[in-house]
Amino acid sequence: MTAATVEVQGDTPPDEPGRPWWRRLLDGYLYGNQYVVTALAFVVALIFGAILIAIADAPTRSALGYFFQHPSDTFSRGWDAISAGYSALFRGAIFNTNSLYSNGGVPIFGPISDTLLNAAPLILGGLAVAVAFRGGLFNIGVQGQIIAGAICSGYVGFAWNLPSGLHLIVALLAGMLGGAIWCGVVGWLKARTGAHEVITTIMLNYVALDLLSYLLGVGGFQQPGSQEAISRTVVPSARLPHLFGDLHSGIILALLAAGVVWWLLNRSTFGFSLRAVGANLFAARTAGMNIRRTYVTVMLISGALSGLVGCSQVLGTRLVVTQDVDGNFGFDAITVALLGRGSPGGTVLAGLLFGAFRAGGVVMNSQTHTPSDVVSVIEPVMVLFIAAPALIRGLFRLRGVRGGQSAAALAKGWNG
Amino acid sequence: MSETTVTEPDEALVVSHDVVELPISPRRRALTGGGIVLAGVIMFLAFGLGARNGDAAFNLSQFGDKVVIPIVRFPGGAVSMVFGGLVVLIGLGQIVRGYSRKALRYAVSVTVALFVLAFLCWAGTGNPELPISLSALVGLSVIAAIPLILGALSGVVSERSGVINIAIEGQMLVGAFAGALFGSSAHNLGIGVVAAIIAGGLIGLLLAVFSIRYQVNQVVVGVVLNAFALGLTNLGFQSLMNTDSDSYNAGNVLGSIRIPLLADIPVIGQTLFDTNLIVYATYVLIVVVDVALFRTRWGLRTRAVGEHPKAADTVGINVLRIRYRNVFISGLIAGLAGAALTIGGSGAFNENISSGKGFIALAAVIFGRWRPKGALAAALLFGFCDELQVLLTTGNNTPVTIPSAFLQMLPYVITIVAVAGFVGQVQAPAADGEPYAKG
Repeated sequence: MTAATVEVQGDTPPDEPGRPWWRRLLDGYLYGNQYVVTALAFVVALIFGAILIAIADAPTRSALGYFFQHPSDTFSRGWDAISAGYSALFRGAIFNTNSLYSNGGVPIFGPISDTLLNAAPLILGGLAVAVAFRGGLFNIGVQGQIIAGAICSGYVGFAWNLPSGLHLIVALLAGMLGGAIWCGVVGWLKARTGAHEVITTIMLNYVALDLLSYLLGVGGFQQPGSQEAISRTVVPSARLPHLFGDLHSGIILALLAAGVVWWLLNRSTFGFSLRAVGANLFAARTAGMNIRRTYVTVMLISGALSGLVGCSQVLGTRLVVTQDVDGNFGFDAITVALLGRGSPGGTVLAGLLFGAFRAGGVVMNSQTHTPSDVVSVIEPVMVLFIAAPALIRGLFRLRGVRGGQSAAALAKGWNG
Repeated sequence: MSETTVTEPDEALVVSHDVVELPISPRRRALTGGGIVLAGVIMFLAFGLGARNGDAAFNLSQFGDKVVIPIVRFPGGAVSMVFGGLVVLIGLGQIVRGYSRKALRYAVSVTVALFVLAFLCWAGTGNPELPISLSALVGLSVIAAIPLILGALSGVVSERSGVINIAIEGQMLVGAFAGALFGSSAHNLGIGVVAAIIAGGLIGLLLAVFSIRYQVNQVVVGVVLNAFALGLTNLGFQSLMNTDSDSYNAGNVLGSIRIPLLADIPVIGQTLFDTNLIVYATYVLIVVVDVALFRTRWGLRTRAVGEHPKAADTVGINVLRIRYRNVFISGLIAGLAGAALTIGGSGAFNENISSGKGFIALAAVIFGRWRPKGALAAALLFGFCDELQVLLTTGNNTPVTIPSAFLQMLPYVITIVAVAGFVGQVQAPAADGEPYAKG
């Protein structure tokens, strides 16, 4: 760990005052600073995804069967599949060119609002993982915390009767509380007994899933008259207000949370001791910081953020609790946080990108022969490259040294 | 003390090999003892007094067994009360006298075993018409545990050399996928098994390259590789298997091979020794890994690298090569675990077929204190919980209905309790999870 931290200094180019801006930009590329590495990782992941699209495409595969007679067939069909897939991805995520020619058939902001709808839970979940990262803790249990949050906020949302403004706030608080407790237990166990958070969070994920499947069959929670595992519907007074179209205000919640987390990490006393604990546990202890309290507090905050994902799902997107209420956001949150390098700003951007991928994937799935699962391969590939900057540097012959660290380096082994 | 050394000077030269044992604090003793007593009281009250009047019935043989044992009937409640009393005595012994660490481990094992038996006695009184088939329960628990055992062995091999393998889940998934895909398209399940093993090994290799060469945090790589494996297999499932399941996902299962004498063992013989190749391979692997880890040069080096890589390097062991090799082997074993899910189990591949089994295997590694035997015991316990829940939800009703969700939770809760150190301290290999850089 210490050896690698020293090496990082080799990343920065010589910073002389008189260098023109273009030279600095070029240096950024040549030395592979983090933006360049991120962009290149994005490109490589897209190329990898393109290859997969071609392989997944049945006509391309059949053309591959007679590759040596007509090699051009393979390439042209492969290209067709790739361009159709990626343009559908773009249409679904950013802007649909059809909206220019049709009269209101395809709303202009439809794709963007889908992207933002998916980005909100990703950002919130990513922040939850990122906050824990800063304290040197790896929260893999976002899935379980989302479920705990969804159960609590959902219950308040459909079972209680409160005035309209208050109801939403209470439901949000309940969701945050649920997630915070589910995650705070982990921090408490870590602080008291040294139980490693990775294993306890994974186990609590499954406990939450089983608890949910139990609750969805219990009277008072289950939808009356329904045989399916589905909860009662959240009453209107507890729903997140809609902005336009399907987009609810979860995204505003996410951006607010990002702001609060930024302030907490970079401007507050707690953030300072948190970063100290994450960077060097022993130094922090020597400096008189309360390690145990820091662990519990950071996990409470992380869990509350995860709980907000559950709120956004139940009070905004779905309005009911189902077995798949976590929407697989729990594990995507980890990749978002890694892509965002553990910083609030980076997490917001990464959440927007993966939200776009999700929204576009749906359209790609419905309009082309390419399954949306291509997207769920592209994302981890990208994160792998970002986690190993040396690999990208090697691929593109950038300068800089071997090694180099990312947010990932902060979490420690079983005994840490 | 000094007097004895003067009178017997030769004795003083002999270095003592006694292991010094730290005394367990009274508070800790009271806690564990109290826990055991509590378990005993629960057994006595809930399973003993809470049982229905009448006998619990158990079936010890299955259809087709050579030696047929008649159905066993006895008053379940009374037996539970006796077991409960025994456990209370064990707990009191811990509070009053305090056992040594080793004895405590046995005490806890006996408590758990009696608790499970009392539970079964209680459950058996629920429906005396339908005897609980112990034979099926024990046998199927082992079969259900096979992927977990393999996954746990995979974890032990990797983590003993100092690389955390959270990607067991992903390796299993890819193995399951490759097994079904190649087994179907080649019309040869042998090829399927080999493909599964190789596929798991490839993910293992990725884990090795990123965590050893690029020194990325191992937990992070593992989690990301799991996501990668899930995406990749889902993509393959959607684009290949869903469109043409006959040629890519036919769902064939490895045939059973009957081992002549062993298959006639009463109670367990038929389930455990009239089954497929992967199960037998698991039996062999358990022994091989255990012996190799503690009795061979490879094992000694592996453990050295996992505990203190610098020291190992100093005496000339190539740390990185050992780690590469072990992580690769770990992937191979996890790939076989994946094959056990498809061509050795249900046949056809399905999206996310491993559904967290890799993580449970990881829990078994930790619960089993990074030892093959311990991991085996933990995996069997988890398999048993799984089968018990299946048994109790289909057919046999207990006196008081227990929601199956709570039985499903049991392995996870047990693991949390174990990791939190309520049953002794769980200590990982010292260098587990730490990348090694020379110099």
